[in-house]
Amino acid sequence: MSESEPKIVAFCCNYCAFAAADLAGAMRIQYPPNVRIVRLPCTGKVDPLLLMKAFEQGADGVFVAGCLEGECHFLEGNLRAKKRVAYVKRLLEEVNIEPERLEMFNLSSADGPIFAEIVEEMTKRVKPLGPTYIGKKVK
Amino acid sequence: MIVADRKPLQEILEYIKDYKKIMLMGCGGCVTVCFSGGAKAVELLASQIKMARKEQGNDIEIIECTPTRQCEYEFLEELKKDVESVEAVLSIACGVGVQAMAVHFPEMHTVPGLNTKFMGYPVEHALWEEKCAGCGDCVLEWTGGLCPISRCAKKLLNGPCGGSADGVCEVNKDNECVWQLIYDRLKKLGKLENLNQVRKPKDWRTSTNAGQRRIKFEEAML
Repeated sequence: MSESEPKIVAFCCNYCAFAAADLAGAMRIQYPPNVRIVRLPCTGKVDPLLLMKAFEQGADGVFVAGCLEGECHFLEGNLRAKKRVAYVKRLLEEVNIEPERLEMFNLSSADGPIFAEIVEEMTKRVKPLGPTYIGKKVK
Repeated sequence: MIVADRKPLQEILEYIKDYKKIMLMGCGGCVTVCFSGGAKAVELLASQIKMARKEQGNDIEIIECTPTRQCEYEFLEELKKDVESVEAVLSIACGVGVQAMAVHFPEMHTVPGLNTKFMGYPVEHALWEEKCAGCGDCVLEWTGGLCPISRCAKKLLNGPCGGSADGVCEVNKDNECVWQLIYDRLKKLGKLENLNQVRKPKDWRTSTNAGQRRIKFEEAML
């Protein structure tokens, strides 16, 4: 991957986004290779620290992908993740990292094509921003 | 419990701008419960500080720790070695914790990362309201268990004032008039006669107006 390619970390719920990523693969859908998927039992497992550490260790973009609202396997894990993502956006702003580098998405396990679209969108969003000041040093 | 709130990051960064190695010390007591100074808050703030300093091209080393209670020297003593290995300590305990550090490690520059706010009660998850001002002369017996010292903007002992309208305080519309609540509670308890007595001005010497207060429990002293 060239130096200007952003590194994006995706925290994916096992019951939807991770299955959707799997489906995207099975459907042979092409999407940018910038994403590194971390499988979680539920997006409710996402701690603010997990998101901060991803940036601290050089990620250029991070997204959390959970079930559709109201359809969380654990009832409201994805709603908690949504609040935490909003919180970490504020923490990132305080340290001069653009909050749009972090986003929360909701999809179902049948949404293989949507997973590919999400990765496309995040890559398009993060690429013009370039690496973060940490990413520059890590690379 | 004691409720505190984190200081703005810029203010914290300014405090530690001259240091290359610090200890970030939380507290496992009250501030853990109110999310501002527990082990998780320590990790999050350390992450933010490291990132901010990296941006400035001025990396910082941070030792993270969260003693059970920062306000007791037994817990601080265990950390002596680590404390002595750093240039300064950033404490995210309440003001008591910061001062305990200052007393126990007089050579060490200890700076606060929190603003200690009040003694409060969690009215719901993650929402605290001030309930006690530590005035040193409790009036809750005759007010039906509702404190006019901490909850009335004017600290009235013979309330309500003329600004109480529809049960809302005139000073802060987000607050209920505690004197209205006191009246309602005493009515329910059948103790409205408590309000017939005109209360004399409070002796504020029992509060913070006479400087630092001290409590000694002779029997337990060593």
